[in-house]
Amino acid sequence: MLRIRAFETAAIRAADEKLVLGAIHPSVGQEAVAAGVCAPLRRDDLLLSTHRGHGHTLAKGADAAAMMRELFGRDGGNCGGKGGSMHIADFSVGMLGANGVVGANINIAAGAAHGVKLRGGDQVVVCIFGDGAMNRGPFLEGLNWAASFKLPVLFVCEDNGWAATTSTRAVTGGPGPAARAEALGIATAAVDGNDVLAVEEAAQALVESLRSGGGPRLLHARTYRLLGHTSVDKAAYRPAGQAEARWADDPIRRATDLLLGAGVAQNVLDADAAAATAEMTAAFEDAKAAPWPPVSAAYDDVQDIGAVAAPAGL
Amino acid sequence: MARLSYREAGRLAIAEAMRADPTVWCLGEDLGRGGVFGQYAGLEAEFGPDRICSTPISESAIMGAAVGAAMAGTRPIVEMRFADFALCAVDELVNQAAKARYMFGGQSKVPLTVREPMGMWRSSAAQHSQSLEAWYTHIPGLVVIAPATPEDNYALLKAAIRNDDPVVFMEHKNLWDMEGDVADDATAEIGKARIACAGGDCTIVSWSAQVHVAMQAAAELADDGIDAEVIDLRSLWPWDEAAVAASVAKTGRLIVTHEAVGVGGFGGEVVATIAERHFASLRRPPLRLAAPRIPISYAPELENQVRVTARQIVAAVRRLN
Ligand SMILES: Cc1ncc(C[n+]2csc(CCOP(=O)(O)OP(=O)(O)O)c2C)c(N)n1
Repeated sequence: MLRIRAFETAAIRAADEKLVLGAIHPSVGQEAVAAGVCAPLRRDDLLLSTHRGHGHTLAKGADAAAMMRELFGRDGGNCGGKGGSMHIADFSVGMLGANGVVGANINIAAGAAHGVKLRGGDQVVVCIFGDGAMNRGPFLEGLNWAASFKLPVLFVCEDNGWAATTSTRAVTGGPGPAARAEALGIATAAVDGNDVLAVEEAAQALVESLRSGGGPRLLHARTYRLLGHTSVDKAAYRPAGQAEARWADDPIRRATDLLLGAGVAQNVLDADAAAATAEMTAAFEDAKAAPWPPVSAAYDDVQDIGAVAAPAGL
Repeated sequence: MARLSYREAGRLAIAEAMRADPTVWCLGEDLGRGGVFGQYAGLEAEFGPDRICSTPISESAIMGAAVGAAMAGTRPIVEMRFADFALCAVDELVNQAAKARYMFGGQSKVPLTVREPMGMWRSSAAQHSQSLEAWYTHIPGLVVIAPATPEDNYALLKAAIRNDDPVVFMEHKNLWDMEGDVADDATAEIGKARIACAGGDCTIVSWSAQVHVAMQAAAELADDGIDAEVIDLRSLWPWDEAAVAASVAKTGRLIVTHEAVGVGGFGGEVVATIAERHFASLRRPPLRLAAPRIPISYAPELENQVRVTARQIVAAVRRLN
């Protein structure tokens, strides 16, 4: 969680300094969902994420320096600088991609689980999406698909209450994602998404049931987006005081209190926080100094047959 | 006459249309907060949340509901946020909106305006940068508009809202802040091009933000004594074949430039039409300057690979002249 927070802090600074040019969607306040959900996963388990995916990606084990380079659009980024924040993927750790299209990852996750099932093995697929995504068609189609084929996929609704500038409750019928999933025969669990131990415990149980062939599950994790939708959004549309009040529920603060209560010394925790900050500051400096991708890369990886050649001299 | 940004011009067109006709309404995500680019700012306060309808993230429902609402006697303005996300609603647009009038033997029209902000806009990468206007020109039943100036955004958006058939209205994201004079009650006819600058030496056809690149090229060429005529098509279907043909009759040279991928792009249609029907006017082979067939990258220099620059246009014109 500390590493995610430090990564987001560095990324926001980079966006402010115009070192990161595209939009970034910070996950500050939502770190416990990423950390807790990914804790029980193996490296070969698969993860599909969203536009707000830095935390999920780090928690799945992606290299922070490569991620930072990707945000900066530099050589050595996870996607060679061609994707940026909203399209980070690291297939080497089973992270099959953030996504710029809300809800698009749900059907892809169902399909990834379908592939896992066809090939045999006990990998699981985790699909994290926001509360706003449950109102897109793929939510129905992908969940029904996973249920009817009994696929090993854990759907995680990371419910931060907001979809860009709209309160999700204002545009959503019924009691929420769990009730919708249950209507399709998918067992669900709900958890306080700012309680990292509770998230981990719930995810652990659900992942175990997936590994033993129990079919899809859905975890509803309630959390809060402490900052704006993007790094430049001041979120002035939220009721006055809402975000301020929710800082009291900051998952890192809660975990810190828990550890202090369990007898961990403050200086140990301080050292962890300092190490996280140092790691991400180094990633920031590394990305800033990194070379741009070779321009010819714009022409690479389009397709095998029929790709156009880069102009001579590139 | 007022000095307005492209964004404000669009907003004014909607406000005036909504004041004049109570059946006009808008639906899309985050509209109550002014829309993702501020292009609906203040409209909810004037017209209320029923007519400035903030929807769930449900593109197929937004488009599909608008089709139904259009059949039921209203004139919806659909906001798709990014042209890229309209792909989540293509069935509703292409199989439903564009077909209903014809399939049902003319019993119903579908007066729908679909706003699809398009184009490259600061490192937005492959899923937030596309220019897909050519696809829609391929679909019988649709009108396709891509304005380049504040005044055209105002006048053509009003014309689109008045139009009784579905209109795909593609504003360019990089133009939102562009300012220009907008005449009070400016009008524009869908299907009529605008001569952005007159000249007798070479015809350069373009639309949307690329018109401004063509204009830069024309300014550079003028310094060399070459007078290029820049034609802003403004609407791609219907498009103003007569204006292009008249220009080529004068210049004998045709270059079409657009931001979208060249392969299968609308430039091909323009060039083919002039070659088929006005071949005798051409003194040089016609030319297309458009993006290579590669997705749009995030890293700035890679993103630049898909841009057609004024320099490239200048070089091409020099080769023809
Ligand atoms: C299909 C589609 N529609 C709209 C958008 C624009 N958009 C990007 S993020 C977002 C809000 C998503 O809300 P939610 O799913 O709750 O995720 P959160 O941003 O809260 O993490 C919207 C509407 C998009 N990217 N894709």
